[in-house]
Amino acid sequence: MQNFINAYSWVNIHYLLEGLWITLEVSAVSIVFSYILGAILGLIRYINVKYLSAIVGFVIDLIRNLPLLLIIFFTYFGLPNIGIRLNPIWSSILAMTIFESAMLAEIIRSGIGAVDPGQMEGARANGLTYWQAMWHIVLPQAQKKMIPTIVSQFISLIKDTSLATIIVLPDLMYHAQIIYGQNSNYILPMFVALAVMYFVVCYMLSILSHYLEKRLA
Amino acid sequence: MISIVANHWQDLLYGLGQTLLCSILALFFSLIIGSLFAIFEVVPNKFLRIIARVYIEIFRNIPLLVITMFFYVVVPMFFVKVNGFTAGTIGLTIYTSAFIAETVRSGIQSVDPGQMEGARANGMTFSQAMRYVVLPQAFKIVIPPLGNQFINLVKNSSVLAFVAGFDLMYQGNTIASTTFDTLNSYFVVGILYLVITMPLSYYMRYLEKRLD
Amino acid sequence: MKKIIRYLGLLTSLCALVMILSSCGSKAATSNESVLKTAESNNTIVWGVKADTKLFGLMDVKDSKIKGFDVDMARAITKQMLGPSGKASFIQVSSQTRIPLLKNGNIDAIIATMTITPAREKAVDFSDHYFNAGQSLMVKKGSPIKNVKDLDKKGTQVLAVTGANSVANFQKVAPKAKVLELQDYAQALQALKSGQGEALTTDNGILLGMAAQNPGYQVVGGTFTKEPYGIAVNKGQKPFVNKINQALQQLRENGEYDRIVKKWFGNIAGFNYKEAEK
Repeated sequence: MQNFINAYSWVNIHYLLEGLWITLEVSAVSIVFSYILGAILGLIRYINVKYLSAIVGFVIDLIRNLPLLLIIFFTYFGLPNIGIRLNPIWSSILAMTIFESAMLAEIIRSGIGAVDPGQMEGARANGLTYWQAMWHIVLPQAQKKMIPTIVSQFISLIKDTSLATIIVLPDLMYHAQIIYGQNSNYILPMFVALAVMYFVVCYMLSILSHYLEKRLA
Repeated sequence: MISIVANHWQDLLYGLGQTLLCSILALFFSLIIGSLFAIFEVVPNKFLRIIARVYIEIFRNIPLLVITMFFYVVVPMFFVKVNGFTAGTIGLTIYTSAFIAETVRSGIQSVDPGQMEGARANGMTFSQAMRYVVLPQAFKIVIPPLGNQFINLVKNSSVLAFVAGFDLMYQGNTIASTTFDTLNSYFVVGILYLVITMPLSYYMRYLEKRLD
Repeated sequence: MKKIIRYLGLLTSLCALVMILSSCGSKAATSNESVLKTAESNNTIVWGVKADTKLFGLMDVKDSKIKGFDVDMARAITKQMLGPSGKASFIQVSSQTRIPLLKNGNIDAIIATMTITPAREKAVDFSDHYFNAGQSLMVKKGSPIKNVKDLDKKGTQVLAVTGANSVANFQKVAPKAKVLELQDYAQALQALKSGQGEALTTDNGILLGMAAQNPGYQVVGGTFTKEPYGIAVNKGQKPFVNKINQALQQLRENGEYDRIVKKWFGNIAGFNYKEAEK
């Protein structure tokens, strides 16, 4: 018990919260980027532009089938070879964005595909252009169905940022390791703190997803 | 790249084997645990439902790395020694079982409730109806998503690299840091991962299409 | 049949993609911009340091600053090279990430308990050595293991860190033991405490730092290698290396070096800092 009290000193909690902040920052930026990119790629996949869609589809498949850890290594160690130097934070954001937008593209493609084609035809018959019908009729409906899947993908993203400790991203996981690395009495308290912090963040997001689902349905 | 394969093919092959072994073991156990919790979620017993819900929510919302490190670092301090491979496999099993529980549950729920009623009406108990009527149909529906879970497992097994589990990613790290040829080492490792995951994911897509 | 052809097509294009990427990857490995010039114009040197290694580079949770011998040395060298207003900025590295980061240009130099070895000299250039360590073993107090020979048995597991040369060194003297490589020293120490291996092997300075903090553990068997630490710089940066060597020489002459060594190693039991200074 004493270990827990000592471990949760203000200094340590503050340090953990700093790490949590980095985790949230990296996740939030990656979520925004990957949602935009994923939607664009998903649309390209869906509307079947000759060659482009096939190439995009193949690249998406490649990324989806590689471990995220490997993509993190490529952005951190590989990109500087073509002149792009990123610090661990931006490398992680980029890796997350690449990986998650590939995941999201697939979700969005199949989400749009699941909307009744009659909706599109009806909208077109009423004089909307293809893109108007897509934007105002098809996408909102697809979005409603996709929300749970997309949010659980975002939850994965938050959890997966912990993998970036391998390139010394100073996130929650790394900060916890620094603390228990210096005093092994703190190991158990730190794991409890890690579990609680990650859980609270991710669970809040999944509650939000249930709420959105109900609101939009 | 060729020199890496030529000099380290034994390590790479061993790593590939460990990755596959760990993924298959974790799939096997997480299927059992996941299905168990999925059934808990649909049985008419509030207590079991709560247990299942709590298990699933906890392990879906904590990073795999935290779970794995817990078994590698914390458990041995208080209970028994767990080596890296075992810690990784346990971590993967627990983590994946929460997802499989969700998948199987939605599979069970998508089976027409009339099936259950019909089976019960014909004199089967709840568990008989579950076992012989509902579950076989549910599993047919969930095969493609389960396949995708297996692909995730193979990818996620890279977490073994953090706990010296001698998997493909660990071998990649070791090769990269002894040859200093970082990019090419990871290219080779990447291709080996794709060799497992790509055909699987195309096959799952094919199955999905056929089911539609 | 059509499917097979399509699949083969995909595979060949994948191979082609990899070939192209890897060829442009290996071409640009050494850049030709002068690190020294950039450092002088920015008035800053970017150092890669450890953040998990007691005495050499350890993160202080209170103020989020890295503290240790390597960090102080880096500061002193920077001031010596760029003048009193010169700034040293620090990036945390692990044994695994430090060489790729240096070759990428993310950091200008590595000062992170890095031994000068012939294998590494093929990838990077080293300054003169600034510290003499030697590889040793740390075990739980009361362990039957007294020296490295006790570990040379089938079934023995020993812990080390990925990217550290202690792995290869150890395998030379105890080829029968199995080495488990972990991400950094903090993880390796935890693994030792969790009973994942019988001993942890790395340089004596690092081990003594750990033992001072963890009373249940001790360093045994003396040193079985010589580990001169050097500052690593990317290939093709001779002027930068020369300037570092010059700064090191000046620091040794003006007593600053001696002061920094004493500050960190003066009170460490079982450590002969005079030996390390040679």
